[in-house]
Amino acid sequence: MLKENFKKTQTASKGIKRVRTSKPAKDKNSDKIHIPDGLFKKCPNCNEIVFVEDVVDNSHICPVCGYYFKLMARARISMVVDKGSFEEWDTNLLTEDPLCFPGYYKKLEKVQSVTDLDEAVITGKCTIRGYETCIGVMSSDFLMGSMGSVVGEKITRLFEKATDKNLPVILFCCSGGARMQEGTISLMQMAKTSQAVKRHSEAGLLYISFLTDPTTGGVTASFAMLGDVILAEPEALIGFAGPRVIEQTIKQKLPEGFQRAEFLVKHGFVDRIVKRKGIRKSLAYLLASAGYNKKGDE
Amino acid sequence: MAGKSQKESVADELFNVEFVDRDELTPWDRVLLARDKERPYALDYINGIFDEFMELHGDRAFGDDGAIVGGIASIDGKYVTVIGQQKGRSIKQNIKRNFGMPSPEGYRKAIRLMKQAEKFHRPIICFVDTPGAFCGMEAEERGQGQAIANNLYEMSSLETPVLSIVIGEGGSGGALAMAVANEVWMLENSMYSVLSPEGFASILWKDGDRTAQAAEMMKCTSKELEKLQIVDKVIDEPKPADVKDMESLNFVLKQEIINFLKRYEKITPKQAAEERYERFRRF
Repeated sequence: MLKENFKKTQTASKGIKRVRTSKPAKDKNSDKIHIPDGLFKKCPNCNEIVFVEDVVDNSHICPVCGYYFKLMARARISMVVDKGSFEEWDTNLLTEDPLCFPGYYKKLEKVQSVTDLDEAVITGKCTIRGYETCIGVMSSDFLMGSMGSVVGEKITRLFEKATDKNLPVILFCCSGGARMQEGTISLMQMAKTSQAVKRHSEAGLLYISFLTDPTTGGVTASFAMLGDVILAEPEALIGFAGPRVIEQTIKQKLPEGFQRAEFLVKHGFVDRIVKRKGIRKSLAYLLASAGYNKKGDE
Repeated sequence: MAGKSQKESVADELFNVEFVDRDELTPWDRVLLARDKERPYALDYINGIFDEFMELHGDRAFGDDGAIVGGIASIDGKYVTVIGQQKGRSIKQNIKRNFGMPSPEGYRKAIRLMKQAEKFHRPIICFVDTPGAFCGMEAEERGQGQAIANNLYEMSSLETPVLSIVIGEGGSGGALAMAVANEVWMLENSMYSVLSPEGFASILWKDGDRTAQAAEMMKCTSKELEKLQIVDKVIDEPKPADVKDMESLNFVLKQEIINFLKRYEKITPKQAAEERYERFRRF
């Protein structure tokens, strides 16, 4: 078992990387860290090899340089919710593949088997420091967290169920935008989710939108920007048009820090930045402040 | 009125043979027609269809966006609020109209006028024609995503009937932000899609030139979207809409709009909001 783990050690890739130092191109593996099937991994920021266990214990932050590892949905859930409190909803919905897009189902199947997710968002119910809440977490390792009909439906149902149950919603956003493979049907998900948010809000319930790296496109232009309170992780990229598209359009380089979470706070679109270690505390504070009680305390 | 352009318009090119079968147009032909310079823009329809129109300006926060025009119009003895995405034909006009690509203040003006319409019980009619929301630094700084999101959010519960007509290009979220309507119609040679065929091709094949193939695959034409029930009605264009000759098209649109208003007189404002919710819930 241990031996196997060492077999695919990343020290080997470190060696390779060194040979290639002339080409500081993006190392594909470093961006896509899958937790926790290796013993070690490399920090894409400081290039140090670090113990996976240390990273997980440190809220998925590099113990050496403080870099925020990309957090996939399952890891985010286990970091944020009270242990054992998560109840998952609406799994195994299937898209109708409206464009009959070649290879789309196959691609979905493949991504599903690699990520242990059925779609780019997990939804359900949990408690956070005892406060009962509905929760959704998007995952960038599933087709860039893009929103097709299933993602839109899961998020809509999340808000509808929360409205029925009189519960708040916390949604960790992370997405490249609408899913191209489903064409205009993907676009319609923006309207569908936004109107469900509206009904939830009209019922007097709290919605906290938590923006993580990256949140762009149709997700930014719908539910991500509709929270009563909008929080963001440090340095998360948040925007409507992606930076590459803007650079191509205006034919100039964007300034450092453009469209980062701090930039959005400065321009008035995000309430505050919350560090990973403070997420549970901040969420519990906001839930309490909106008048929700701890489970069992009513 | 637009003068005769030196270059032949797309419509002229496609239709220089006298009897072209409209069904033989490829999706890409239709995309080109939707973008044609000789195609009527929002104000051309507004001036042609409505008896009167008073334009109102500004978002009450930052500025007035020329890419979106809006105001109060009258038709068949009734007042309605009309909002349209407006392109320009000359360079000077296009600077003012920003090629029909709205900025956040444009969307905020639109929702301001819609809320005003709701307050005074006026139905809302939107003309959609945009390559997409403006993609630039200023737009991001002023919250393009938030502005669009807020339109979707507020439009979903407006207690007044809303009709959106895609007259040219329906580009992505920038178009949807004016198309959360009780009924969405498309002119036959317009398009409505999640991204441009160019963008689609460059993401899919890393080749921005395979646009015709992309258009084929994307199902972005009026007839295909009617089949997917994204669109409720397709307004026929016996010959492609042309700003120099819009009388018959305006006549048809006027009748259709009057019928729409009559249909919605029978239901309460609350029902109109409920019906709109259900319309988008089913996707």
